[in-house]
Amino acid sequence: MSAFAAVIARELRLSIRTGGDVLTLVLFFVMIGVVVPFAVGPDRDLLARLAPGVVWIAAFLSMLLGLDRLFRADHEDGTLILLRHADLPFSAIVAAKVIAHWIVSAVPLIVASPLLAVMLALDGAAFWRVVLSLLVGTPALAALGAIGAAVTVSIRRGGLIAPVLILPLAVPVLIFGVGAISTGPGPDLSGSALLFLAAISLITLALSPFAAALAISSGED
Amino acid sequence: MTTDTAPKPSLWNRLAHPGQFVALTRSWLWPLTIVTAALFAVGLWFAFFNSPEDYQMGDTVRIMYIHVPTAWLSQFVYGIMAVSAIGSLVWRHPMADVSMKAAAPLGATFTALALFTGSLWGRPTWGTFWEWDGRMTSTLVLLLIYLGIVALWRAFDDQLRAARVIAVFTLVGAINIPIIKFSVDWWSTLHQPSSVFTMRGPHMPPSILTPLLVMAIAFTMLFLTLHLKAMHTEVARRRLMALQRQAAQTGASA
Repeated sequence: MSAFAAVIARELRLSIRTGGDVLTLVLFFVMIGVVVPFAVGPDRDLLARLAPGVVWIAAFLSMLLGLDRLFRADHEDGTLILLRHADLPFSAIVAAKVIAHWIVSAVPLIVASPLLAVMLALDGAAFWRVVLSLLVGTPALAALGAIGAAVTVSIRRGGLIAPVLILPLAVPVLIFGVGAISTGPGPDLSGSALLFLAAISLITLALSPFAAALAISSGED
Repeated sequence: MTTDTAPKPSLWNRLAHPGQFVALTRSWLWPLTIVTAALFAVGLWFAFFNSPEDYQMGDTVRIMYIHVPTAWLSQFVYGIMAVSAIGSLVWRHPMADVSMKAAAPLGATFTALALFTGSLWGRPTWGTFWEWDGRMTSTLVLLLIYLGIVALWRAFDDQLRAARVIAVFTLVGAINIPIIKFSVDWWSTLHQPSSVFTMRGPHMPPSILTPLLVMAIAFTMLFLTLHLKAMHTEVARRRLMALQRQAAQTGASA
């Protein structure tokens, strides 16, 4: 097994064996969907209209709140220092961790999204657009999140500051993510929105491991 | 303690020493202040007494003389921060760290001022304090980024370590800002009725352009003055912290 795959496998094994985190994340994601009807009322038309935004905000918040564990534990027990001295370039290790983070925190959300679709009265076609846009857009959230987690890893009380930093940077993901679902009253631009979303995902995925690795290695020496 | 035999260091290297930097630039503060005050005097006189009313907007057009310069500075200051970030990552120049830290609250302030004056201007001309228009929204996101950076500076205990980490984040933000700008424009054209008043009218007559330019230069000079002063303050603050740490150590060992 190559070192890159080994890092991914290690992250996945860790998250499976320590258990709870993934379930809590999914629970949080679903709960946002449950809470919204209480806030805006059970009107199905209104809910269906709000649904794309609600699903994206739920995914957005759950991915941002789960950020902290990306590097924190490894930083605290010193694994990060070992990883920095590995043969594999550190940015490749960070890329592996980003991929693992996406598998652990985004895929469960996508799997759980039918629940939200039912509760928010989304029809079938719209539901598949939701799944597609989440699938294309969440890698960008994971990659941006990695930068936030890397920047704040050496701050002891950095739990809340990473989401605050990353939220404004992730605005484009939200815009195109929702744009790829809802067509709105004007001309149908969801196709081009999906392409833009894919472009943003690819760019951030390509650049963020380098930025995150640089932030980590300049933060601790 | 100086050694006379050592070769005279270059200006760039001398500027890297905080004490030398303060000594070299302290004498600039007064001239900068006077130039800024004079430019403001001229600019405000033009803006209030010697520029015509707009035929549509009347006297409210004068808000522009504050609004446009602060909006310009909101982006210029981020540029200064990005250049300082490169300086601190590539050359590890200590004053680049200080410049980056001193610029962040100033940038946040100018951005907030631009939004505030913009909403004061929007009320009489558009009939609303806030419109989710492309420019306003991307300025708002810029303000959030500034505030995030200020919060990040405050979260770190060790300012030297903080500088390089924040430099990375500042550059990530610099790459991201055009993407945000583009996506917000895309979003607002999708959602918005096109009836909203835009500034892209016929280009301005010189009687309005002159005061606008003077005010823009005045505000830029104001930023430079405040930035320099803030850098001096930051150097003094760091020296104070170092002395306190030293005092605590001698106190502990005594």
